[in-house]
Amino acid sequence: MRRTTDVALGLAHRQVTVLFKNPSLFIPPMLFPLMNFMAFAGGLSRLRHVPGFDFHGGYTAFQFVFVLLQSAAFGGVFAGFGIARDFERGFARRLLVSAPQRSGIIAGYAIAALVRWAMIAVVLTCVALVAGMKIGGNGVDLFGLYGLAIIFNQVGLLWAAGVAMRFRSVQAGPLMQTPVFMALFLAPVYVPLDLLSGWIHAVARLNPLTFILEAGRGFIQGEPTQVALAFGLAVALLVIFAVWARTGLRAAENAG
Amino acid sequence: MSRSDEGIEAIGLRRQFKDVEAVAGIDLRVLPGEIYGFLGPNGAGKSTTVHMLTTLLPPSGGRATVAGFDVAKQGSQVRAAIGAALQEAALDPFLTGAEHLRLQASLHGIRGDERKRLIGRLLDRVGLTSAGNRKVRAYSGGMKRRLDLALALIHDPSILFLDEPTTGLDPQSRTALWDEVGRLARDEGVTVFLTTQYLEEADVLADRVGIIDHGRIVAEGTPSQLKAQIGKPTVEVVPESPDELERLRELLRRFGAETAARPGAFAVQLDGHGALPEVVRALDTENLRAAQINLHEPSLDDVFLAKTGRTLEGAEEE
Amino acid sequence: MTQQVWLIAQRSVVRTFRQPGTWIPPLTFPLMLMAVNSNGLRAATHLPGFPTDSFLAFFLPFSFLQGALFASGIAGVDLARDIDTGFLNRLALTPVRGSALLIGQIGGAVGLGALQACVYLSVGLIFGVHIDTGVAGAFLILLLAVLIATGWGTLGLWLALRTGSGEGVQSQFPLLFFATFISSMNLPRNLIEVTWFRDVATINPVSYMIEGLRSLVISGWDAQALLLGFGFSLALIAVSLGLAGRQLKVRMART
Repeated sequence: MRRTTDVALGLAHRQVTVLFKNPSLFIPPMLFPLMNFMAFAGGLSRLRHVPGFDFHGGYTAFQFVFVLLQSAAFGGVFAGFGIARDFERGFARRLLVSAPQRSGIIAGYAIAALVRWAMIAVVLTCVALVAGMKIGGNGVDLFGLYGLAIIFNQVGLLWAAGVAMRFRSVQAGPLMQTPVFMALFLAPVYVPLDLLSGWIHAVARLNPLTFILEAGRGFIQGEPTQVALAFGLAVALLVIFAVWARTGLRAAENAG
Repeated sequence: MSRSDEGIEAIGLRRQFKDVEAVAGIDLRVLPGEIYGFLGPNGAGKSTTVHMLTTLLPPSGGRATVAGFDVAKQGSQVRAAIGAALQEAALDPFLTGAEHLRLQASLHGIRGDERKRLIGRLLDRVGLTSAGNRKVRAYSGGMKRRLDLALALIHDPSILFLDEPTTGLDPQSRTALWDEVGRLARDEGVTVFLTTQYLEEADVLADRVGIIDHGRIVAEGTPSQLKAQIGKPTVEVVPESPDELERLRELLRRFGAETAARPGAFAVQLDGHGALPEVVRALDTENLRAAQINLHEPSLDDVFLAKTGRTLEGAEEE
Repeated sequence: MTQQVWLIAQRSVVRTFRQPGTWIPPLTFPLMLMAVNSNGLRAATHLPGFPTDSFLAFFLPFSFLQGALFASGIAGVDLARDIDTGFLNRLALTPVRGSALLIGQIGGAVGLGALQACVYLSVGLIFGVHIDTGVAGAFLILLLAVLIATGWGTLGLWLALRTGSGEGVQSQFPLLFFATFISSMNLPRNLIEVTWFRDVATINPVSYMIEGLRSLVISGWDAQALLLGFGFSLALIAVSLGLAGRQLKVRMART
């Protein structure tokens, strides 16, 4: 166990150091959520006047939850790009050779993804507060919201790590991003679920992310809803994608 | 056969990049039909010189003519007279070899059947006929370099610039490229300006060599002239019995000054070229049995060492 | 000169379309966004004053713009690669004119822009978008979309010439994306509630490019919207060409 932790912390330290030394790796993942937040919360706030829009915490808070979860997921996906890059440059192979406990490799990338997203989350939250976001929930509610986002960040990382370790090339980038993007946008992004219609309503009703998103919105307006279901789904996704990443690591090991 | 009456001439050619003087006033003259080897370590100013002579970089000072045209004032005439394969094998990985040649030929105004014939002939000449319709990304390093050479030759230039053409190539590809460059100069009278960091390449290919270091030409001449400036060969003898090393030392000192040798051996720089047979005869007369006798001719590296105080290898590492 | 432009453009188009990994995602991503947004934002059509009851028709023009932005990235990254590998130097050693090189290089972006415009328009028509200005309007949409792609593509070339690296080009793209986001892409300007956002969208030329296209789809012949749409697109081309031309002279400082 201790050896796994050593590998994980060593790798995480390297990842975070690389991140700080390369603004080009850090700035886009930071800018995109901010841009989305400004475009959605600023440009679409009139949507709260659509008949049936039943979220009471204001449109800024409504969009903040989506963008927070999106940034968490994409924070994980961008970390997956780093894994693919490490494979292309041969660094990951050296890791496979030298790490006594290889599962520590995934854990190391996961810690780095979390650290990187934590910084984005802080900036995003500050911008939202400056933009006048109202928070109806108490500390426990916020703990729930950020807890969901943390799990979501790790789900995104584990998904992308599984892809990266199977393909071992940054060319797999679109494959890492596109399903996450689609899953996110097939949830009620702009208006509550009941205001969606047609096929997107049918899909969103079955999309696990819908429940996570709605629970997050419940937390921020101080009216928690479907909390157990949301956490249950989030943890289930975490377990599924942990298996996906571990089998990806095995595929990388077998590829030599 | 010489195709151009004019070669390359540079007088006080200079290039400054902010605070760095990459080329610090060089004078050189390359005769028509000659292969001129421009030798120096990385960062010595070789590529900058080539870029100025091929009109890709305006000089900061001095003057140069290529094929009789001023590089600073008659850029388009210079470009029409020269072919260049620059340091990077500048190829598009998504085009085929034949497509590269077609584009290059068309941009030089060669069209129709003439273009088709030329492409076929050049692919054949550089040994890429069967690979001509393959995308360049599937080419090996040697194939890319050969295509690069074919592209440089498409408009039948009288002067060819090759900037480190064999860097990174395996020995076989390197020899094949040397053969082709030698043939171009010998059979077609093409003037070749070749930069290299390989001593052997300059030695084998070049009629004359210029050694550049820190932006200045520190020596120039034929390889044998340059080596002759350094002087004499070295003879190194390994005695059959290590106990006889002292006796060997006394004997060899009669033929020249002591110089560095491997452990268990003794070496001297010979006073005259014909001294080796005399050394052998003396060993025989003194009944001193040698396990090995080595004669080292001076190399261009020795020349570089003598002119700059460093070996070429050492200069690379600076 | 025409011959030189044609040769460089031909190479640019061939290179672009021989990299499916490069052009398929930029082609399909706007389609995906169109699919999810046209449904996800359908509720917006219930807002008083919303100009159409089809959000797909309203959103379709943004796809042209987004596609053009992606095409611009491709053009920029490809030129940056040419600089990096020395291919630009190879071209510089031929008698090719700088202007021919620049216009020809845009070929790939224009080709991709034209393909994207045809695909997006076809998808829109298949899913029931009614073009208010008819067949003539549809042709004008394609023309404006290609002009927009040309403008953004040239901007991509300028970025490539300025930075000389693919990473340099890509690092500038968040800014361009930002410019498209802070526009009337999702709602008409008069329905944007947040004052600063509405003000930025009003001074953002991207809004007028979208609105020019949108007018042809949903509101019939609107001379002012068309004039602004075409005017800003042509201005973008002129400014980008000027910047890229100047930068090309620096980058390709042949004598």
